[in-house]
This record gives sequence, structure tokens and C-alpha cells, in this order.
Amino acid sequence: MTDSTRRVVVTGLGATTPVGGDVATTWEGLLTGRSGVRALEDERYTELPVRFAGQVAVEPLEVMDRVEARKLDRCQQLALIAAREAWADSAQPEIDPERLGIAFATGIGGIVSLLDNYDTLLSRGWTRVSPMSVPQLMPNGAAAWVGLDLGAKAGVHTPVSACASGAEAIGYALEMIRSGRADVVVAGGTEACIHPITVAAFAAMRALSTRNDDPTHASRPYDLGRDGFVMGEGAGALVLESAEHAAARGARVYAEVASVGMTADGHHIAQPDPEGAGAARAMRLALEAAGATPADVIHINAHATSTPQGDIAEATAIKSVLGSAVDDVAVSGTKSMTGHLLGGAGAVESVAAILALHNRIAPITANLENPDPEIGLNVVHGQARKLRDGDAVVLNNSFGFGGHNVALIFRSV
Amino acid sequence: MSQTLEGLAAIVNEVAGTPIEDITADKAFVDDLDIDSLSMVEVVMACEDKFGVSIPDGEVKNLRTVGDAVAYIDAQS
Repeated sequence: MTDSTRRVVVTGLGATTPVGGDVATTWEGLLTGRSGVRALEDERYTELPVRFAGQVAVEPLEVMDRVEARKLDRCQQLALIAAREAWADSAQPEIDPERLGIAFATGIGGIVSLLDNYDTLLSRGWTRVSPMSVPQLMPNGAAAWVGLDLGAKAGVHTPVSACASGAEAIGYALEMIRSGRADVVVAGGTEACIHPITVAAFAAMRALSTRNDDPTHASRPYDLGRDGFVMGEGAGALVLESAEHAAARGARVYAEVASVGMTADGHHIAQPDPEGAGAARAMRLALEAAGATPADVIHINAHATSTPQGDIAEATAIKSVLGSAVDDVAVSGTKSMTGHLLGGAGAVESVAAILALHNRIAPITANLENPDPEIGLNVVHGQARKLRDGDAVVLNNSFGFGGHNVALIFRSV
Repeated sequence: MSQTLEGLAAIVNEVAGTPIEDITADKAFVDDLDIDSLSMVEVVMACEDKFGVSIPDGEVKNLRTVGDAVAYIDAQS
């Protein structure tokens, strides 16, 4: 049944992010450079070295029924909101439930529900621990709720690879359709783990920006003044569909999911390989599988988290893969506006990469004031940039603690 | 509507979203009010807090309807 040439297309997009509560608002913000990063006002952050994050622009309860919301961890609420938008955007394909799958990732899962219930256990005893706490904390919970919502029965999956999770889910969805297990898969990633312990934990790794006096300018990929990433929350979702299935129902198609390249660094639990060798291999594998050359690439939505080492390692990898073609490739680091959505990042950034290809315009890399000369990429900043017409591909990179590398390629249709 | 029924109706409304006016003594939690076993645990927890009673797990299976629960709570409190 596996057919590696079976074409898979994107027919629906959804997102809820610090920049906007849906795809249209998020996309408009990414083109105009609107930051979704703001101060964490809660007094529990007062003594922490980091007191800001990318917080969703629209609170889940503004768009979700309260009875439904109370059963769900926040990361599950965001996943459902994004998945429902994507499903509606795809015009809700009629599909046999046994041919509909879900691949919805998270990096951390329902940690805030876990911690809240632990507080309850300590203060009120086990009889007041919520019976929903296990479904809320389990990492596959978001995928499971999306699957229940849509009645998906082909398989419901949750790849977990830290900050590469969302991209890995899209790769998994691609392979589900190519392997013949499903005709339609809702893929995505979600995260909502902003809490004093996660902020403290990432701060303990010295991974976070500490620009507390100026949160909107804290996430600054490729800038000499970058000092770490900015935690964010949100979710992105895509409806992937076999090309035959989409054509048969006359669906609007944004792009083809041409390929995924996945590798591991085998280098360090949290540091990137300084040469970006694993990242480069992922991009090469993806290009090869897509049958694309560096000259076909018009845009990269880079991982670009705004860490001093990570941005250079990725840039080194991109240059080694694209060679002389790199100067013509518009590179955007949209975490400059959203913050780093961890397990949601690869999905939200795939939505952005697909829209860049579909609309032929690359979003801004905000806060790039003093470009780091070691980067050497053609970075889009100042204003959004028009991309050339014609057949083309775009690339979305995602990397995660643990040494996970995922490169996705989307092709124009 | 007794005070107990009123309080229980508010709890069921909070947990399951059922309109208050539909929550009457004759309604069964599972069959009529869409309360599954996990939601029933939440209802029991909230009743214990609100009415200051104790409802052991062994009793919960006997509370088929809203009226059963009201009677049990009134007998305890």
C-alpha cells in the first residue's frame, strides 16, 4: 500500500498564537511585524530572571464553551481551536472515519494541569484531585481530543521531539497518507506550558532571553544583541489530504507537502551541533526526497530561536546545503514575533511557510537591528518581501532539545 | 425546588452545561444528563464541598437520578 510518490496536499490551515487568534490575524501580524510577547504580570514571576512570554492573543474561553474548556488542559484548548479552524478552512471533507487520521504533537503536554492538581493534592488531599487530571496531563491528550472532535479512526498519534514536535507531526501525517493508512490527516502542534517552574527550568539552562525591560524586542534572531529564546504558547493545524481526494471534491489547495527530512544530531542533549551537521542532513534528505534543487527554494521559515549558538548552527547548515543559491533565498525568523511555541512552533511556522508560498510574500524577522556578521543569510527584515512567481518550494526547519532535526518542504501547486 | 435540588442543579450545570431548568428530580445522571463516570466524580466532589456531606464511592452507584442524590444528601445533612 505504501506509495512514496502519492501526492499529499494542504487544504486547510488553523492557528491561535500570541500574534493572533486565527490564521488571518496571525498572518497579518507576521507581515507587519507585530509582537505577541508581553510581560508576565503574575506575582509568582517576580523573583524569576525572566518575566515575559509570548501569550496567546485570544484567550481560549473567548472562543470556546466553558463546559468544554473545563475538561481540557490549556494546550488541548488551543489545539482544538486551531484544528477546528483548519477543518472549517478545508470545507470539512466528507471522509470515512476509518480513513481520517490525526497527528498532533506537543513538546511538554499538560504540565500546568499536572501542577495545579499536585497543588490540590497537597492542600486538600487526594479526594479533590480532578478525575480529568490524567486526560489533561497526558501528552497525547490534545491529539485524542482533536480525534474525538472529528471522529477520526484511522489512527491518532502524538510525536514528541521537544521543539521539533509540531513539524514531526506533519511529517508523520505525510507518511500516514503515503503509506495508505489514511486519505485525510489533521496534523499540528500545540503548547501551553507557561508556568513559573517551566520558566525557571528553561532559565536554569540559560536558554531564555532576560530582556525584562523590553519584552517585545527580546526575541531577535540573527541580531548581535540576541540573548536567548522567548517562551511562547499557541497551536497550529493543517489539513493534509491525498491529492486525489482533494481533487475529487474540488478542494482549494494551498500547497503540496513535498517531503520531510528527519535526522538526529547524536551530539548533545541540549546544545546544537556547532556545524549544524544533523540539520544540514535533514534539509538535504528533504530536498532529495522532493526532487528539488537549491535553486527551487525561494523561502525558508527558519527555526531561528534567537539563541546565540542555535542561530549560527542553523545558518551554517543552511549555507552548506544551499551553496551559492543561498543569496536568493528569503529567510524569515517568525519567532521574533510569536516567541518560541516549542511543540507548537513547527506547526505554526509551517502555516506561515505555506502562506508565504501561496501568497508569494515572506514575513518579517522583527528586531533585527544589528545583523550578526556570522549569519550570512538573506534575512527578511524591515518589511515583508515579495517572492518570485513560478514553480518553487519553501522550507520549514524545526529542531529540538535531544538533537531532533526536521525539515519540511512545501511545493507550489 | 428544594435548596438541595437547587444546589445540585447548579453543580450539574457547571460540570455538564445542562440548563438548570432541565435538571429535575426524575432525571438520571447518565441517561438523561450526559454525566459520564468522570463527570460524576466531579459532581460528587462538588456536592461534598457544597453540602458538607460524605458520599463514599460505594454509594455513588445507588445515586441513579437527581432525586436519589437529593434524598441521600438531605438524609446526611
